[in-house]
Amino acid sequence: MDITLQVNGVPRAVDVDPRMSLLDLLRERLGLIGAKKGCDHGQCGACTVLIDGRRANSCLALAVAVDGSEVTTVEGLAGGDGLHPLQEAFIEHDAFQCGYCTPGQLCSAAGMLGEPGPSAVTDDVLVDPDLTPAEIRERMSGNLCRCGAYVNIVSAISEVAR
Amino acid sequence: MNRVEARVKVTGLATYAAEYPVEGVTYAYPVQSRIAKGRVTRVDASRALTMPGVLGVLSVEDPPELAEDADGELALFQSRDVAYRGQLIAVAVADTYENARAAADAVRVSYEPADHDVGLRADHPGLYRPEVVNPDYPADTERGDVEAGLAEAAATIDVTYTTPVEHNNPMEPHAALALWDGDGRLLVYDSTQGTSSDRETIAKTLGLPASHVRVVSRHVGGGFGCKGSTRPHAVLAALAARAVGRPVKVALTRQQMFDVTGYRTPTIQRLRLGADADGRLTALEHVAYEQSSTLVEFAEQTATPARVMYATPALRTAHRLVRLDVATPSWMRAPGECPGMYALESAMDELAYAAGLDPVELRVRNDPETEPESGLPFSSRNLVGCLREGARRFGWDRRDPEPGVRREGEWLVGTGVAASSYPARRRPSKAAATVRDGDFHVQVAAADIGTGARTALTRIAAETLGVAPDRVHVELGDSDLPDAPVAGGSMGTASWGSAVVRACEELMKNGSEGHADTTGEIATDSRLARHAFGAQFAEVRVSEVTGEVRVSRLLGVFAAGHIVDAKLARSQFIGGMTMGLGMALMEETHTDEEFGGFLRRDLAQYHVPACADVQHIEVVWLDEQDERLNPMGSKGIGEIGIVGTAAAIGNAVHHATGLRVRNLPITPAKILMARF
Repeated sequence: MDITLQVNGVPRAVDVDPRMSLLDLLRERLGLIGAKKGCDHGQCGACTVLIDGRRANSCLALAVAVDGSEVTTVEGLAGGDGLHPLQEAFIEHDAFQCGYCTPGQLCSAAGMLGEPGPSAVTDDVLVDPDLTPAEIRERMSGNLCRCGAYVNIVSAISEVAR
Repeated sequence: MNRVEARVKVTGLATYAAEYPVEGVTYAYPVQSRIAKGRVTRVDASRALTMPGVLGVLSVEDPPELAEDADGELALFQSRDVAYRGQLIAVAVADTYENARAAADAVRVSYEPADHDVGLRADHPGLYRPEVVNPDYPADTERGDVEAGLAEAAATIDVTYTTPVEHNNPMEPHAALALWDGDGRLLVYDSTQGTSSDRETIAKTLGLPASHVRVVSRHVGGGFGCKGSTRPHAVLAALAARAVGRPVKVALTRQQMFDVTGYRTPTIQRLRLGADADGRLTALEHVAYEQSSTLVEFAEQTATPARVMYATPALRTAHRLVRLDVATPSWMRAPGECPGMYALESAMDELAYAAGLDPVELRVRNDPETEPESGLPFSSRNLVGCLREGARRFGWDRRDPEPGVRREGEWLVGTGVAASSYPARRRPSKAAATVRDGDFHVQVAAADIGTGARTALTRIAAETLGVAPDRVHVELGDSDLPDAPVAGGSMGTASWGSAVVRACEELMKNGSEGHADTTGEIATDSRLARHAFGAQFAEVRVSEVTGEVRVSRLLGVFAAGHIVDAKLARSQFIGGMTMGLGMALMEETHTDEEFGGFLRRDLAQYHVPACADVQHIEVVWLDEQDERLNPMGSKGIGEIGIVGTAAAIGNAVHHATGLRVRNLPITPAKILMARF
């Protein structure tokens, strides 16, 4: 099936298998390996990208379902040759080891910073909460890191959220 | 220092095994056994072969040519016998991933099933004493008279702990991309912890000279042991690529990983300890029961920490193994030491209560002068220092030992301590160093699986050469580079670093290049007991309503020789402790007694710690000078972080609630069941 989408600001027209996920489209057809396949079932978050500005598991989106969408992957997160402040902070705080969950963590954090509203750990749900470490931990729990870099991930995101 | 590959990792440019752009690549998707034991009577690929894009189906119906002495887990499609549910029994190859998956699903397999046995029990009639336990320790040891020691003790305990099947679950699923050239040479991009050994094993399995195989593994998305030995997916990719005459990519699914990439054996561990009125051990016995497959013997060294930890006049350790209709267990972060120390350090806590002693004090009183089993002197041992420093930082002196009395609303609060220990070994390695255009290039077939090896070796080379790290370029992850041992056993930095230092020293002498092989140097290492030690402290909050355990504080104090890089080391320790938290509270794969194989074969059911599970983790280390380890004076730190964490948390749960949960993981159900 023919679809068109914007990927990191570049229009892409592709003929895709209707069984193909957005993740496999990025990785196997468009040469964008930043989004990672960790579980293919929406359980680990390694494939997180931004679809029309919102964070989403690209393994759970069929490619045909994102026809016409704007997709941002970690390769396009900085929007240029430099680094996004989150990328800088992840490096400085050593917020990764193997690096396989990192693109998903970064896209998820970028999406999360733009999400208003309370979470399960917010005391007063009528007020937009500050992004305390507890709020960040809660909001980032869709992105697993088996190397166990959570402590550093939270400190990296905290620095950017400030 | 910041990781030298940090920028490619945060921009999505780091290339993992499945991600190399290869012209004309095709995809293979495995078919797995649906029975746990029996025979494959027929593999019917007729429908699959008519499906779109399908290039071939490989199975036992036309067995691919392999070496006769191939390892049982790697001898793909050679036998009709099924050894475990989930074993790879066929593979479909097609032009796209979607077509390969659909074709594999269309392969029809007929079986002649037999009765299977997948249950580990301490009274299993098939239990036997293995010759050695991983990697080469004696299975049993005995010194002194344990029964007499227990008889004369003022306080004794006799307790049994169990640990479940656990899966490594690195974030990157195992993948291999295989390419044959016209001369019968094979290139495999593999997710492996060691390209040199992977090359050897793949070549041997395929009956090729090692010089005909090259393995490349520049970035690896975690391994924790399960990418340490060659796994079937790599052989599968090579066989499929040979059969279809095209490059083939195999990327296992998360579910398939549970079946064919190894796991931590379940254990049943009985500990009998006795102490005199002063809290000095009179006897220590540790017996471990474990499983392996019918294909390969893998015997984990679960009871070995007892040979290292405490002074006692009577010490007995034993391992018993039973071969079941299961997949072969393998290495998972600190195999042996991790589950073994969980049980030993939990038992020490129980003994402290039985003897009326503080658990820190009990360990201090039993700190040995020499290694208890071997009698060898320690190269360095600072367990007592770690315990004292940890107690000071954690506020241990304010602890009331009474269990089950601290309450904050629905939450019961408690603290616990446990010791950590891990061997500090090194293995022979080669390395080369050259200077070009004023920059230094270091080559070694090491692997960076997230440990920071590339960065640590850069720093080691720079310090040896006396230059800034940005003038050093380390190349690793390729079997064409100088041979190096696997990233495992916390031996990577010590092994590769020794060779890098020697190569750089030679370069400085002749001004142009240096080549090192540390085989001779290591052969003359003096006989000493070399181990890293540590102490871990945990504070937990246990909900009386839900049984939920929250770990509010973890502190690790380690003595691990010279720390090569503080930033990387802290991440390693924290990472190990985080995985230890998972072991304590959530990680468990259920064995399917009825059908064989495993249940909970994904990350929604096999829970690993998520961001919200990890609150405050503090790590410090003692400055330890030990010149008798290696040129860096370093001890490996990849595994000691996970050793002891689960015991510290379990002991804290006991302190909070008064309950001893002796079967990991400590789930809410176990807390609630014990209370009502």
